Amino acid sequence: MARTRIAALAAAAAITVTALTGCGAADMTRQSSPYADAKGSRTVTLSVQSWVGAQANVAVAQYLLEHELGYRVDTVQIDEVPAWDALSQGRVDAILEDWGHPEQEKRYIDDKGTIARGGELGVTGHIGWFVPTYFAEEHPDVTDWKNLNKYADQFRTAESGGKGQLLDGSPSYVTNDKALVNNLDLDYQVVFAGSEAAQITQIRQFAKEKKPFLTYWYKPQWLFEKVPMTEVKLPDYKKGCDADAEKIACAYPHTPLQKFLNSRFADGGGDAAAFLKKFRWTTDMQNDVSLMIADQKLSPQEAAARWVKQNEATWRTWLPS
Amino acid sequence: MTATVTPATTGSAAATDSGSGVLGALTRHRGRLIVACAAVALVLGAVFLGAGNWPASLSVDLSGPLKSTSDWIIDNRDGHPLFLYFLGHVSNAVVVSVRAVYLVLLALGWAGVTAAAALVAWRVAGVRLALTSLAAFAVCGVLGMWVPTMQTLALMVVAVLASVLLGGLLGLAAGLSDRMHRVLRPVLDTMQVLPAFAYLLPVVLVFGIGVPAAVLATVIYAAPPMARLTALGLRDADAGVVEAATSLGATGRQRLMTARLPLARKELLLGVNQSIMMALGMAVIASVIGAGGLGDRVYQALASVDVGAALAAGVPIVLLAIVLDRVTAAAGERIGTAPAHRSRLGWAIAAAVTAAVALGSRLADALNWPDGWTLDIAEPVNRAVDWMTAHLYSGVPVVGGTADWAGHFTTWVLNPLRSGLQWLPWWAVLLTIGVLALLIGTWRTALTAVLAMAAIGVLGVWDPALDTLSQVLAAVAVTLVLGVALGIASARSNRLGRALRPVLDVFQTMPQFVYLIPVVALFGVGRAPAVAAAVVYALPAVVRITAQGVRAVSPAAMESSRSLGATGRQQLLQVQLPLARPALLLAVNQGVVLVLAVVVIGGLVGGGALGYDAVFGLAQGDLATGLVAGAAIVCLGLMLDRVTQPTQRHDLAGKGA
Repeated sequence: MARTRIAALAAAAAITVTALTGCGAADMTRQSSPYADAKGSRTVTLSVQSWVGAQANVAVAQYLLEHELGYRVDTVQIDEVPAWDALSQGRVDAILEDWGHPEQEKRYIDDKGTIARGGELGVTGHIGWFVPTYFAEEHPDVTDWKNLNKYADQFRTAESGGKGQLLDGSPSYVTNDKALVNNLDLDYQVVFAGSEAAQITQIRQFAKEKKPFLTYWYKPQWLFEKVPMTEVKLPDYKKGCDADAEKIACAYPHTPLQKFLNSRFADGGGDAAAFLKKFRWTTDMQNDVSLMIADQKLSPQEAAARWVKQNEATWRTWLPS
Repeated sequence: MTATVTPATTGSAAATDSGSGVLGALTRHRGRLIVACAAVALVLGAVFLGAGNWPASLSVDLSGPLKSTSDWIIDNRDGHPLFLYFLGHVSNAVVVSVRAVYLVLLALGWAGVTAAAALVAWRVAGVRLALTSLAAFAVCGVLGMWVPTMQTLALMVVAVLASVLLGGLLGLAAGLSDRMHRVLRPVLDTMQVLPAFAYLLPVVLVFGIGVPAAVLATVIYAAPPMARLTALGLRDADAGVVEAATSLGATGRQRLMTARLPLARKELLLGVNQSIMMALGMAVIASVIGAGGLGDRVYQALASVDVGAALAAGVPIVLLAIVLDRVTAAAGERIGTAPAHRSRLGWAIAAAVTAAVALGSRLADALNWPDGWTLDIAEPVNRAVDWMTAHLYSGVPVVGGTADWAGHFTTWVLNPLRSGLQWLPWWAVLLTIGVLALLIGTWRTALTAVLAMAAIGVLGVWDPALDTLSQVLAAVAVTLVLGVALGIASARSNRLGRALRPVLDVFQTMPQFVYLIPVVALFGVGRAPAVAAAVVYALPAVVRITAQGVRAVSPAAMESSRSLGATGRQQLLQVQLPLARPALLLAVNQGVVLVLAVVVIGGLVGGGALGYDAVFGLAQGDLATGLVAGAAIVCLGLMLDRVTQPTQRHDLAGKGA
C-alpha cells in the first residue's frame, strides 16, 4: 500500500517535471535570459565589459534602442572570454567591442556558426606600456624600453620587492607582459591589480603625488584626459611576432575593434540587429561619453542622453530605414 | 544578520580518559608527547628529506585533461544526450521558474510588492517589522534600484526554495538514517567552510555564464545549513514524545509527520533563515557569472570606481537581508503561540489588501517605480570617499598616511611571513600543521588537515597556496587582536555593546565586493588591501562570539572572584577569559574561515596567489588554471578549519551573507 503510493507520487513528480520543462530534448545553448521580454516588450540583451569605453558603447546603443526603436535593453557584465560563450548560447545578443580573440572566432564563427560578425566599431584599440607624462618630461629617455632597467629603482614598490613594478590590470585583459619582461631581460616584476577599477585607483593615487610609475594601459581610454601618460616604445610589432605566447618580444598591435552578434539574433533580430550592425562611431565620440560616465560620474543613461542630443547627425544614419 | 550558535551535535570526545594507568598517563601528557614526537620527526626529516619546496615528482599536472574536458563540454553542449535530456532540463526549469517569479513580481507592481511584504511581516512578526519592511522596500525604490531588486528577489526566491527543498530532503535522510548521517555530516561540515568563490567555476563549466549557473551555485552554497539544521532537529526530537506516539500505534510515517517534524519546527525555520542569508551573500558574488540584478549593478559600478553607485546597489541587498532575517527569525520564535482562528482571518485580510493594492496600481498604470521619486546618493558618497582618500592616503603628520601603513605592513609583515613559509621545507609545513591540529583537535582533524595540505602540493600550486596562507595568517592575527579587544569591551560595557550591534549587522551583511574599492583607495593595490578587506569582513563575527563568550561566564564565578577581592583586571584575565576559552577558540575558527573567503576575493585588488588564479580562470575561461586554484582554495579552507577546530565543536552557521 505504502509502496504503491510512493511509486504513484514519484510518477506524478516525473510527469510534472516533464510537463514543466517541455517534452524531450532541451538545448541549453538556445536559452535566453529569464528577464528578457517581460511584459510583452521586445528585449535585447547586451554584454557590457568591465571597462568604461565598452560601457559607453552600450549606453548609447541602449538609449537609441529604447528611445528610437522601442526595445527594452538588459545589460549583463561578463568578462571577455566568457562573453563569447554566453553570446554563442544566446544569453546575450551582442558584444559591441571586442579586442581580438582568434581562438574563439575560430571555434564559434567558423566551426559552430553560432556567432556572426557584426562589423567594425570604428574605434582602433592599442595596448602598450605607459609612464606618466610628468615623469617622461623629466626623463625623456625612459620612453625607450632599452633604458627601463636604469629606472627600475624609481618604479619600486612594496609589492614588487627588489624590482621595478609594472602595473597590470584585470586578469581578463589581453596581456603578454610576463613574457615581455622575461624576454626583454627587464628588471621588473609584473604586479596584477586584479581589476581595472583597482588599477585606475592606484594610477590616480600615484599621479596625485607625482610619483613615477610604469603601467600596462590601452587606448582609447578616458583616463588619459585625467592623467596624461606617454607610451614606452617596445620593439616594433611585426605580423606574426606574437604567434608563440612564451617567446613574445614585441609591442602590441593596433586592433580595429569588432562587433559580434549571436547568429540567430543577427538573422531574426529585426530592427535591433540591423541597428547594431550599423552602429559605428569614432574614438573621440567614445571618449566623450566615457569621460561623462567615469569622471563626471553621470549615470551611463544620462551620459548617453547628452551625447545623443548633440550628435543627431551621426546616429540618424545608424537607424534602419 | 543575527549570528546563531547551534549546539554541538555529537562532538567526538577526546581520547578515553578512563582505563588503565598507561592510557591515563598517555592522555595526561598528550601535549608533551606530541611535541616530543614532532621533534624526532623534525630531525629525521632534516636528515632524510632535506630542504626545499614541494618536489615536482610528487605533483600531478592536470591542465591537459582539464582543458580537454572543458573543450568536450563546449563542443557537446548542444548535442550530447546528457546535456539534452538532463542538464538542459535542469537549466530550463531554473530559467522558467525565475521568469515566472519575476513576472509575478512585475505584475504586482511596486505598490503590490511593498504591500505584500509589509503585510506578511505584520502577520508574522507584528507592526514594527511591518513598518521596517515597508521602509526597506521603499528605500530600494528611492535608490532607483526597483527593477534590479526584483530581479535579485526573483532569483533569490527560486534559489532559496530549491535550497530549502534539497537541504530539507538531505536533512530528512540524515535525520532518519544513522548511516546517511555518518556519510553526510563530514560533507556538509566541509561545504560550510568553503569560500563562495570556489563554487563558481565547476558550475560555469557545465552551465555556462548566466542565471542557471548563478542559481545552482547559490543552491549548492545555501543548502548545507538547511540540511544540517533539519538533521539536528529530527535527531534532537524529544524521545518521550516520539515514544508516546509509538505506543499509541503511530506508523513510522505518522510519527514523522505528527511528532518529529513538528518538534523540529524551530530548527527547520532556523535552517530557512540561514539558507536565505547564505543565498543573499552569494547574490553579489554570483554576478561574476552573470546573475544580473543588484549584484551586477555593484559589479558594474566597481568597474568604474564608483563607490557611491556600488553602495546604492549594495544597500538594497542589506535591506533585503535584514527584512528576511528578522521575519524568518520572528516566525521561528512565534511558533505555537498564536491563536489559530484569528490568524486565518488576518491572512485573509492581508491577501485581500495586497490584491486590492496591486489591482489599484495596475488601474492607475503605476506598476513601475515613478522616475521622479528617486534620490541620488552616489554623488555625496563619492565626494566623501574622495575626501577621505585625499586626506588620509599619505603625508599625514606623525602617524603617516594609510598608503605608508600598507607599505610597511607589506614590507615588514607580509613579505617576511611569505618568504618564511616558502622557505620552510614542505615536510616541515605538513608536520607543523599536523602538530597544531593534534594539539587543538583530535587525530582525525589532524589527518584531514595534513592530507588537505598535501593535496595542494600534489595539485602543483604549493607556492601560491603558501602566499595565500601568509595573507590569511596576517589577517587573522589582526582580526583577533582587534576583535577580541572590541568583544571584551562590548561585553563589559552594555552601552558600547548596544552601539556596536547595528554596525556589526551592517558590516556582516554588506556584500564583500563593496569593501574592495575603498580599501584600494586607502591602501593602494596589492596584498595589504586584500588583508584589510578580510579584517573588516571577519571582525563582526569575532567580536560577537567573544562578547557572547565573555558575557556567558557564570555570574557565580564572577561573584566569588569578586568576593575574594579580585580587581576588574584580574577578573578579566583570570576568570572571564579562561572560562570563555571555548568561545575564543570558536572565534579563531570562524575568523579563519571568513578571512580566507575574502582574501581569495582579494585577487581582484592585487592580492595575487590563489585568488588571482581563480579570477583569472573565470575571466579567461581557462578552466585548467581556475579549477586547480579552486580546488586548492577548497583544500586550504579545509586545512585551516580542521587545524583550528576545537575538540568540542560548536558550529556557528554565521558564515556568508
